[in-house]
Amino acid sequence: MPKILILGGGTGGTLLANLLARSIGSQAAITVVSSQVQHYYQPGWLYVPFGQQDPRSLSRPERELLNDKVELVHGDIRELDATAETVTLADGTRLDYDFLVIATGSQVAPEDVPGLVEGAHHFYTHEGASRLFGALQEFDGGKIVVGVGGLPYKCPVAPLEFTFLLEDFLTKRGLRDKTEITYTFPIGRCFTIETVAEVAQRFLDDRGIKVETFFNLELIKPAERIAVSMEGTELPYDLCVMIPPHRGAKFLQGHALADGRGWVKTDRATLRVPGHDQIWALGDTTDLPISKAGSTAHFQASAIAEQIAAAVEHREPDARKATYEGHVMCFLEVGHSKATILDFDYSGPPQPKTPNALMHYLKMAFNKAYFHIVPNGWV
Amino acid sequence: MEHITITRESDARGSFCPGPLMELIRIVRDAKVGDVLAVISSDDGSKKDIPLWLTKAKHELLGTESVEGATRFICRKTH
Repeated sequence: MPKILILGGGTGGTLLANLLARSIGSQAAITVVSSQVQHYYQPGWLYVPFGQQDPRSLSRPERELLNDKVELVHGDIRELDATAETVTLADGTRLDYDFLVIATGSQVAPEDVPGLVEGAHHFYTHEGASRLFGALQEFDGGKIVVGVGGLPYKCPVAPLEFTFLLEDFLTKRGLRDKTEITYTFPIGRCFTIETVAEVAQRFLDDRGIKVETFFNLELIKPAERIAVSMEGTELPYDLCVMIPPHRGAKFLQGHALADGRGWVKTDRATLRVPGHDQIWALGDTTDLPISKAGSTAHFQASAIAEQIAAAVEHREPDARKATYEGHVMCFLEVGHSKATILDFDYSGPPQPKTPNALMHYLKMAFNKAYFHIVPNGWV
Repeated sequence: MEHITITRESDARGSFCPGPLMELIRIVRDAKVGDVLAVISSDDGSKKDIPLWLTKAKHELLGTESVEGATRFICRKTH
């Protein structure tokens, strides 16, 4: 019986395992390796700093989300040997495979930017979001700088969403008039996609939020409370929220299949690792210049599932199902109970509609329904 | 530009998010001073965005060339 080994129990790895269990679960042995017992719904951390989400409700045991036909192994990965087709865990356990999917995601690396750990907050981990909640509870006015602190980073719209929710939060607490909010972004507009930037800029202007473009964070001076960009701009702050740069899994950093920061070389259509027909990369793990986001992994998982199922069943894959066409879909929350949706692929950018209450409540409903509809492949 | 050896290149065709300029900034940040870097973009906006950022960040645009309907931007990290 062929062995399918999936490294990573996040959205992509879990969904892929369940799709394969349903289609070829009786013809293959499917194993997921996860370093964590719990599966986290990371987009929910956006709401934790504002007291709108209990972080304890954002995780479930990974075992409960997996089909019974899938074996789950807990452990940290020490080594991937693509020649011997084995994966070794930190405790020495060795797993071999016929088909391998690397879906180990991304981790924040605030230590990569001088002063970032000591001088700034973020909401990209359970701990970071909880700490920022405490800081906002104590905040009583001043200068807040929010921005992107390094590249790449996942969930690209999240810093914008945080800025809008922050403005809403400060207004409701009666602190808006005493606070100057500055949003920073690495390029010459407030978001990468021009159509989205146009919509977002209108809301930033309406809410009196300053925008500092071409701001690529170089360092933070915690003692002086100043954020400095590589373009030479200095922004003083009382509270700084900067999304740290991300890295791939530690065992991939400098690996022959990846670059120095651990992003796995990946074909943009097949998601195969070039030169290795039996290895795929999925989700944040890839080196593709596309959004690192749950929806990306979600749409990629079905393409990989079709390729592996076809190989196990000794048939040609259905080309339409087996090709990833760059599909990404995400909500953009603009505060004051309004949101819009961004839906696009390699063929063209999104054309976002005017943010409205319906999309906001759809986003809230999706957040609540995630554990029931995404990992099992219902959507 | 045949004599230029590109240290690292990223194919960002069809990438709207994070997009070709963000991809270029990412690889510039990871590179060593003196490295020659390239990004391929199919987005017309890159023709304005990329030279503007390179000027602002004081890196050197070595040139551009057409690649199957897209554009390859080649630059050198200077500091």
